[in-house]
Order: sequence, then structure tokens, then C-alpha cells
Amino acid sequence: MFFQFANVLVFVALAMGLVALMTGLSWLLRPHNPEPGKMSTYECGEPPTGGAWINFNIRFYLVALVFVIFDVEVAFIAPVTVVFRDWVEQGNGLFAYGEIAIFLAILFVGLIYVWAKGDLEWVKRVGSSDEDSPDMREAA
Amino acid sequence: MLQTFLDSLIADGTFGAIPRDVAYAIGMVAAGAAVVFGFVLNISGVTTFVERRVWARIQSRVGPNRVGPQGILQWLADGLKLLMKEEAIPYAADATLFKLAPFVVTIGFITAFVAIPFSSALIVADLNLGILYITSMTSLVVVGIMIAGWASNNKWALIGGIRAAAQIVSYEIPAALSIFTVILITGTLSTQGIIQQQGWGPWDWFIFHSPFTFIGFFVTFVALLAEGNRTPFDLPEAESELVAGFVTEYSGARYLFFFLVEWGNLYIIGAILVTLFLGGWQAPHITDSVVGMNILQALTFIVKSYLFVILMMWIRATLPRVRVDQLMTTCWKYLLPISFVNFMGTALWVMIWPQGFRFAEIVLTAMGFGLVGYFLYRVAFHLRRSGAQITLSPLS
Repeated sequence: MFFQFANVLVFVALAMGLVALMTGLSWLLRPHNPEPGKMSTYECGEPPTGGAWINFNIRFYLVALVFVIFDVEVAFIAPVTVVFRDWVEQGNGLFAYGEIAIFLAILFVGLIYVWAKGDLEWVKRVGSSDEDSPDMREAA
Repeated sequence: MLQTFLDSLIADGTFGAIPRDVAYAIGMVAAGAAVVFGFVLNISGVTTFVERRVWARIQSRVGPNRVGPQGILQWLADGLKLLMKEEAIPYAADATLFKLAPFVVTIGFITAFVAIPFSSALIVADLNLGILYITSMTSLVVVGIMIAGWASNNKWALIGGIRAAAQIVSYEIPAALSIFTVILITGTLSTQGIIQQQGWGPWDWFIFHSPFTFIGFFVTFVALLAEGNRTPFDLPEAESELVAGFVTEYSGARYLFFFLVEWGNLYIIGAILVTLFLGGWQAPHITDSVVGMNILQALTFIVKSYLFVILMMWIRATLPRVRVDQLMTTCWKYLLPISFVNFMGTALWVMIWPQGFRFAEIVLTAMGFGLVGYFLYRVAFHLRRSGAQITLSPLS
């Protein structure tokens, strides 16, 4: 097994070497004529207004939160799926199935809760105001 | 297997007095370099050329045909051109992270090839984590994309990077759950183990194993398309809205790597689908020669995977881009519940018929071929009816 995973290390080194080699080669071949106009941030030809390191649309953080919950679920379900067949062959299939079902049911209730709360809608209406919420109008 | 091959070389005395671990290291680096330079870079490059030609035919154009016979060397010319272009790193950007991003993206892409099989013997390392390893390594690409988007300090790049992150992590879940439906059947994560439990005939493939895996195949395909940032899910670099998304500020050699990874990922998507659902390298046993069988298996695997690459090009030339809210709805409200049901359904199927249910497999195979046949019939019907002057030869 050490041999198998040493291969991964070799591939990581090869990938880094490849990028270093190509960028190094390019550094030797390419011209270098920096000037302020060329090195300014691209904003469709206009002088850029402000930086881009700003607060971002909150929607993406909600997606990240929901993702973390379901990804932990995927991580926990992986070992069970691998041994499920062995359990079936030992005659414990129904027990294993029941456990998986309970685990997934709890998560499914979570999905239904998030759905019912409207957090899966990309454009969520806040309160009863007809006006779009400010964070929605920012590019999404 | 590389290890058995190296062991046999050491036993033959090819390495002379070199210690075993050093011989292993030499062999690993040589094999890795052969895979990376002999296959990975070429398949990514050739795919960019093939894609331009396929689009051109679909759009009634000619496409690149000047560099080499039929333009086959166009990708080398493009790569050389990008290497010689001046690179502009904006003064406002975070230069360290900006330079780091191509490294992360390339590592995530190239390391996936460790566990991708080519034939029963041609695999760098048959990891026991197999398919889980491939999916987690290809997820590393999203980290690189986010670094690129943030480090550019450009609004287009930032929006592209964050969109890519949201999209890829969301589609990770239906993809993983659908991949696990196959793991329920095989009981192993190793890519070779999964393929060995299938046969060369379509009725032995896992796509036709049960109705749930049949649907699971399509769920996996859609989810992997989204993870590879392919049309109709190419929002992170939607050129009509975001200039070029997360690669807006990249130029020259560093841009080359984002380009390489995006097109190389198509092959990885095809290889994952073929390994899990379409029988992998399994080929009919027509010769007793080990070398002959391995060549046949490698050809089978690469042709099957490349058919998916061409299918993805076709989809890109045909379908418009979805909106970001449609993207999230597709994932969370459709694919996720479907993959939950699939997962439980397959578990039930494995419990009732641990060795598979032959009748269902044959019916599903017939249905699958019927669908493909009906589709081809409709295509031929419309071609005839429109009276279009269409030639199917790619070289004309």
C-alpha cells in the first residue's frame, strides 16, 4: 500500500515540476514590457473603481453551509456502502438497510426543512416588501 | 500493475546493484512521466483541437485545418504561442496566490490519473480508495479556481471563482451519492475491482444492473458535467456575462494550465463514467496473448471514454447556458432527491438480488439500445426531411 500511495506523491511532484518548467520556459521566451496601463485590473477598458475584495452575496455562504452538512453525510455513508454487500451476504442485510435508511431519513428531513424555509430559492423574498432585497441585486 | 512489473525487473537483475527502494523510485518516476507526458498532456491538447473541429462541423464551418495534416498540430501551435506571450499580472493582484493557483489546479487534475485504469494491467496504482480518491482529487481543482478568482482582485474573476465554488460543491453531493450506488453493488472502491465485476457485454454493465443505476448514470453524467464547468453549466466562465470568469486576468503560460485542465477534465469525466457504469476496459476474450488483450482493453477503454468527450462537445455546441438559480434548483431540488431515492433503491435491489437480476438486466439493455436506436432514427428522419446538404465525413 505504501507503494501505491507513493505514486500519488510522484504525480504531485510531476504536476508541480510541469507547471514550474512551463512557466520557467515561458519566462525565458516571452517579452517583458510592463507599464501601468497594461498592469491595471481589467474592467472592460474603464479605469477600475475600487477593489474586488469586498463583501459578497450572502447566498453563497448559505450554499456552503448546506453543502457542509450534506458532504459530511456523504463522508459517513462511504464506509457503509463499501461493507453493505458483505453484510447482505452474512444475512444482516435488513439491519444494515435499516441503519442506512434511518441515517438518510434524518438528513432528508433536514433537506425538507431547508427547502420549506426557502433557503434553496436563489432569489429569496425577504418579508413582505415588494422591493428586491439589496443583496439580490448584486451580481449573483 | 506497476509494482509487479518492477518486482519482475528487479528479479531479472535489470537494476543491477541498485537498492530496491531506489529502483522503485526510479520506476515510479519513469512511469509517471510516461503517463503525464505521453498521455495526459496529449489527450488534453488533442481534445482542444477535436472540439474546435467538431463545433465547426456542427456550425457548418471548416475549423482549424492549416497546421499539419487537417490541422492536427493546431494544439501544439496554440501551446507554443501561449508560452511566448507576455504575461501581465495586475499590480492590484495578490501575486503570490496568483502564481500559486495554476499549481493547485494542475495537481488536482494530474493526480487523478494515478487511479484511472487503461486496461487490466495498465494502471499506475490500483488504490484501494479508487473512485473516492479520483472524486476527491478532482475536487482540488475548485480550490485552485477559487484562489485564482480571489487573487486576481478583479470583479469578473471574483464572481466567476465564487460561482465555480458554489456550483462544484453543490453538484459534488448528487455525484457522490450516485457513484455510491455502484459501490453498493460491488462492495469495493478500487477502480479495477469495479471493472472486474462487469463484463464486456452491455447486459453485464452496471448501467443496466437495475432501474436505479440506469437513472443514476444520467444523474452522475449531469453532475459531472457541472463539476467540470461544462456547458450548459459553464457559469464560472460565462463569456457573455463575465468576460472570462476566473481566468480574466490570466495570460501566457499560466493561462495555458487552466486551459489544459479544463479540456483534460473531459477525459476524466468520460473515464469515471465508463469505469463505473459502462464496463470499463472489459473486452471479449479473442486472444490468449496477454499483450494483445491489454492493447484491446486499452483501446476499448479509451474509445468509450472519448465517445463521452465527443458527446460533451456536442452538448456544448447545442445547449444554451442555464441561469444561476436554475443551476441551484436542478441540483438541490431535482438531482439530490433523485439520488437519495436511487441510493435506497439500489440498496434494496442488492438486498433482494445480491447476484443481480438477469431478466431486469436484459430488459434494461433492450430499452437502452431501443432509446439510442429511436434517437438515431429521429436524427436521420430530420436530416432527410430538411433536405440539408450534410456530409458526415469529418475530413471534408
